[in-house]
Amino acid sequence: MKTVVENVTCTFCGCLCDDIIVEVEDNRIARVQRVCANGRGVFTDYDPTPRRPIVAGREVEWEEAVSEAARILVQADSPLIYGLSSSASEAQMKVVELADLIGAIIDTTSSVCHGPTSLAMQAVGEVSCSLGEVRNRADFLIFWGCNPAASHLRHFERYSLKPKGRYIPNGRKDRHMVVVDVRPTASAKMADHFIQVTPGADFEVLTTLRALVQGKEIEAGAVGGVPRIELLELANRMKGCRYGVFFMGMGLTMSGARDYNVSELFTLVAELNQYTRFSVMPMRGHGNVAGADQVLTWQSGYPFAVSFARGYPQYSPGEFSAVDVLAREEVDAALILASDPVAHFPRVAGNQLKRIPAIVLDPMMNLTSESAQVFFPTGSYGVDAAGTCYRMDNVPIRLREVIAPMRPTDEAILGQIIEEIKRC
Amino acid sequence: MQWRNSLGENFILITGRTVKQAAGLHKGKDSDAYRRATALVEMNAADMARLGIGEGQMVRLRSATGQVEMPAHTGTVPSKMVFVPMGPVANSLIGPETEGTGMPSFKGLTVEIEPI
Repeated sequence: MKTVVENVTCTFCGCLCDDIIVEVEDNRIARVQRVCANGRGVFTDYDPTPRRPIVAGREVEWEEAVSEAARILVQADSPLIYGLSSSASEAQMKVVELADLIGAIIDTTSSVCHGPTSLAMQAVGEVSCSLGEVRNRADFLIFWGCNPAASHLRHFERYSLKPKGRYIPNGRKDRHMVVVDVRPTASAKMADHFIQVTPGADFEVLTTLRALVQGKEIEAGAVGGVPRIELLELANRMKGCRYGVFFMGMGLTMSGARDYNVSELFTLVAELNQYTRFSVMPMRGHGNVAGADQVLTWQSGYPFAVSFARGYPQYSPGEFSAVDVLAREEVDAALILASDPVAHFPRVAGNQLKRIPAIVLDPMMNLTSESAQVFFPTGSYGVDAAGTCYRMDNVPIRLREVIAPMRPTDEAILGQIIEEIKRC
Repeated sequence: MQWRNSLGENFILITGRTVKQAAGLHKGKDSDAYRRATALVEMNAADMARLGIGEGQMVRLRSATGQVEMPAHTGTVPSKMVFVPMGPVANSLIGPETEGTGMPSFKGLTVEIEPI
């Protein structure tokens, strides 16, 4: 029997596009429409067949895997819980409960994504808005150090550049778009104006823009590889627009000055509000990485890099962040929820995960699960599991089951591990 | 930054998402699609010509942390900059230092390149 499910949410990136059409045949996804190339595999490459968990390379019953996971976590002196961003917020709440119970360090993929953005927000504040405001009001868009044409493929179409909105009746024609990057990306080709910055010079360029917005004179002929006249034109255009929005990405958070880059941008945005309406939005990568920040903040007070080792939450990026504790060999067990740090961490940190007992919950095998002591093949939120994810503008979106669930959810397995630990 | 045995010219390494990398990861991290999508370096055409690197030729990249070999392809990067898609190959070159933030230097790292 064939059924068509409309308004399905794709969980791949922070856009959380919720207009996907999925055709289901015999409880399998037969066809997907409107989904982008990055998100298509969420639906078409996921095999929902129930599989048994794996302990030390052999398939076992669920109870045995839960028991082994509990044993590893109870015996560890300093366990790490990491990932979270491709799971639902219901499961994220469970891992915070687990971290509190066992005195673990808990960190999310934010620390290798927009962690520096959180640091900047805590330092200088963040003028934010919703994607609905962008769609309906923004006549000036600046994409700085991000490349939605590769990472958020429908962002231009659904939220920022192209849609017609209440005060943007002509869509693309009513918006001016600038891309600032160290290389001419695919997104730069979509822009009205591309500004190429010397690698590592974003901070200087942002500081110069702050000065120019305030009407100060700049003697230098160029800053960060950008001619003064070009920066002056940008400053004047920012002050003269009706509603401007910066979108910022890893170009600022992963290069030299990291959170200082972002603080300078957030300060510039705040100062622009003396002249016009301006906001900034981090381009969140994973489907629910914004939810990981939300859940950890409302439960512990801090967005990432939190330790419960002393019985209360302590926050210290650089000290309790996953790359640091792994590279310094400060953790002796790990629970990895819906992420693949062996693939995405610097090799020194990733290799340490292969040397300590690791527990992995994920819909599919990955480089981290290959060497894990325990692997739980769980359901995929938004496909065969219901839950909640937060879009990049921190709007929560409810996910439905598109096909009948045959696998347990992350939330269910985490609940069983917690109960087993309480019995130990 | 100095190394004892200099291999070639210094370049700035940028790593990041590509559409093929994202599509490949859904196929599985052990799939050919993922390996092909993440094991390549994009270079400026003039830099490749100057170093005598042909399209698709294997090159060796070396950073202060490690070294790795991969095919080079012409890309839209400025001269003296190279781009490698995010993933395990790129991460062989990235050091674990985070400057007290939790974030390693995935962008802006100095690497040396030589044709093999």
